[in-house]
Amino acid sequence: MAEITRERIPNGPAAAAILSSGVGSATIGLMTTGAVISGGLNSALNWWSPAGPLTGKTGVGVIAWLVTWIVLHILWKDKDVPLVRVFVVTLVLLALGLLLTFPPFFEAFE
Amino acid sequence: MTLFTVREAWTLVHGILFGGGFLLAFTGGLALLYNLKADLLTTAGARRHVRWLKLATLVMAALAWLAVLSGTYISYPWYRATPPEGTTDLTPYPRAYLKADPSLAFWHTFGMEWKEHIAWFAPLLATAVAFVVWRYGEHLARDNRLRRALIVLFVLAFAAAGIAGLLGALVTKAAPVL
Repeated sequence: MAEITRERIPNGPAAAAILSSGVGSATIGLMTTGAVISGGLNSALNWWSPAGPLTGKTGVGVIAWLVTWIVLHILWKDKDVPLVRVFVVTLVLLALGLLLTFPPFFEAFE
Repeated sequence: MTLFTVREAWTLVHGILFGGGFLLAFTGGLALLYNLKADLLTTAGARRHVRWLKLATLVMAALAWLAVLSGTYISYPWYRATPPEGTTDLTPYPRAYLKADPSLAFWHTFGMEWKEHIAWFAPLLATAVAFVVWRYGEHLARDNRLRRALIVLFVLAFAAAGIAGLLGALVTKAAPVL
């Protein structure tokens, strides 16, 4: 097993991919609760009427995910970053996304 | 005799083929990721292991995307279609059917409302896992911290897809898309 490569690869690209998944999920949550609070935002997120505002909520989330990933990847591609800290922030963002998409939570703002 | 309507067939493709495929593949992918340890594998074994892991994570990410895209853009419009004024039989309009019956409304206000949003977490997380596996390959066998982080994300992707899948099945049982 000693032959398995010991060459070190910077963890920046992995951290960028991990953190951006949290950003995308939290953004979907923000859009979901935001659309309940603001009728204007709800209308603005209605990108395709047959599927309604779900298209905009998830579309904005996917855009935020991709933009964050590309920017962080460029910034971190040759760097080592504190992975544990990045991972903890990702979990916090995922928890936020979970809370903001949980119906009993966002229905409280109706 | 028609076994399934077009809508039912698409709902099956969305829920069983794409969503169910993702959930079924999870156990294999998790086992591959968990066992990718330098002290357990020979060099040739690690290479073979990583090839399977790359395939598994790529297929799972693709299935997760296909599930949410087909759900949002094919099945969901049928679910949320507004019945014409004066319609008395609401069964072809699942959302309206559920909301009209207080004993069933929960399946829309909680079930579908949570499912349609949380499902989208799965492809984001599964894509992150697949990217890292493809980028780092055999290096993951020596980087336990990164590998463990991927395992957590992988499990969370499964949990999101599992919640969405379960709620989808229950909502469809209460009000099928016909």
